[in-house]
Amino acid sequence: MNYNWNWRIFFETSPDGRGTYLDTLVNGLGWTIAAALTAWVMALVIGSAIGVMRTTSNKWLTLIGNAYVELFRNIPLLVQMFLWFFVLPELLPRDWGLAMKQMTPPWASFVPAVLCLGFFTAARIAEQVRAGIQSLPRGQSLAGTALGLTVPQTYRYVLLPMAFRIILPPLTSEFMNIIKNSSVALTIGLVELTAAARSIQEFSFQVFEAFTAATLVYIFINVIVVLGMRFIEKKVAVPGFAGTAPTVPGH
Amino acid sequence: MGAFDFDVIERSVGYLFREGMTFTLTLTALAMTGGIIFGTLLAMMRLSSIKPLSWFAGTYVNLMRSIPLLLVIFWFYFLVPYIGAYIIGSNTPIQVGAFYSSVITFTLFEAAYYCEIMRAGIQSVARGQALAGYALGLNYWQTMGKIVLPQAFRNMLPVLLTQTIILFQDTSLVYVLSITDFLGAASKVAQRDGRLVEMYLFAALVYFVICFFGSLLVKQLQKKIAIVR
Repeated sequence: MNYNWNWRIFFETSPDGRGTYLDTLVNGLGWTIAAALTAWVMALVIGSAIGVMRTTSNKWLTLIGNAYVELFRNIPLLVQMFLWFFVLPELLPRDWGLAMKQMTPPWASFVPAVLCLGFFTAARIAEQVRAGIQSLPRGQSLAGTALGLTVPQTYRYVLLPMAFRIILPPLTSEFMNIIKNSSVALTIGLVELTAAARSIQEFSFQVFEAFTAATLVYIFINVIVVLGMRFIEKKVAVPGFAGTAPTVPGH
Repeated sequence: MGAFDFDVIERSVGYLFREGMTFTLTLTALAMTGGIIFGTLLAMMRLSSIKPLSWFAGTYVNLMRSIPLLLVIFWFYFLVPYIGAYIIGSNTPIQVGAFYSSVITFTLFEAAYYCEIMRAGIQSVARGQALAGYALGLNYWQTMGKIVLPQAFRNMLPVLLTQTIILFQDTSLVYVLSITDFLGAASKVAQRDGRLVEMYLFAALVYFVICFFGSLLVKQLQKKIAIVR
């Protein structure tokens, strides 16, 4: 086997005009985090709303919620990415479509990528939120009603605070999923971490150094997320409750 | 708006399914078979009392689960030729081809996920069952093969199939290796004829129908199994 290892490659100037190859990698990491965090906020808001809708007694709300989850769970993420990037601008009114296509380079792929990841992950969060609410004993919502709370108040003060604590562990893995899934955005031209590693490989031919660096960074992010969520879990734990939620397979 | 040409689907549908879907389904089937076999072995290693074995399996699973599939695809696409060269003692990286490279990638990657499922499956079988096996004088492989694993598979069948539906969706990522899977074929036609909207919507519809009815079947199966138990 002849492979010339050259770990000093990261300190050499890269042809993309942003300094060294290390800068390329850090830049990529920045876009990964930016895309994942923005999409995560979006997914939490939409996912919680859809999840709650699916637990209400209103038939139409439940139906819309279920349809949303089925739609976004049964189409591959990559296809969804293409739909947001290639198809949506054509279906929107002309001016909007043009505006989407004419955004300056990182944004033209960043915005569709965030929308895609946000709506995709929202479906998965909705599933967790529903499972979390339904894992609570029926008496909880009955007690809320008995106390004279309205339905929104019951959700706000009784059901959701417990449900979110219960589903913290699966939410942790969903958060790691959104970070990993953000790599799919490279197919529509966003230079995030995986794409940065790929561009280092293409310019310098140092395949394994580039991929090793990216792998280590992903592992590092994972450790940070796990530690951070463990901290939050401890912080918000209600004494006497050890929540375990049903696990949903996937990545 | 108004200038859509859904005719392009009718013209290319044969190519899409003959070339594209055949590849996608072949890759899914091979990766599922390989992934479940390797994943089960990993699960047995992870639950083993031999420390190095369980450490290796644990590290492997955690590593695979913490990096994106796309990065794994790129890793193996470049790494497999070197490993092949190492095995046959060649000086230059050997040509493996995108197909075998992607089969190896998906098998090894999905094995980490199947492993976690099978681990839960093995742990769902009451401990007394394995102990009874040993008491009857069976050795480890006999106990596993004849008593524990058949029950573990049965308990976990719906979850294994759900994971396979996810695998089916994930295979679309071989697009980055310019392979003609179903999405790759749709993408080629789309770019050749300038019909991105029609082709991608059609691809989404096909994936949706397959995965949606696949999930429904899994749910039916789950009910069936639950009644028998």
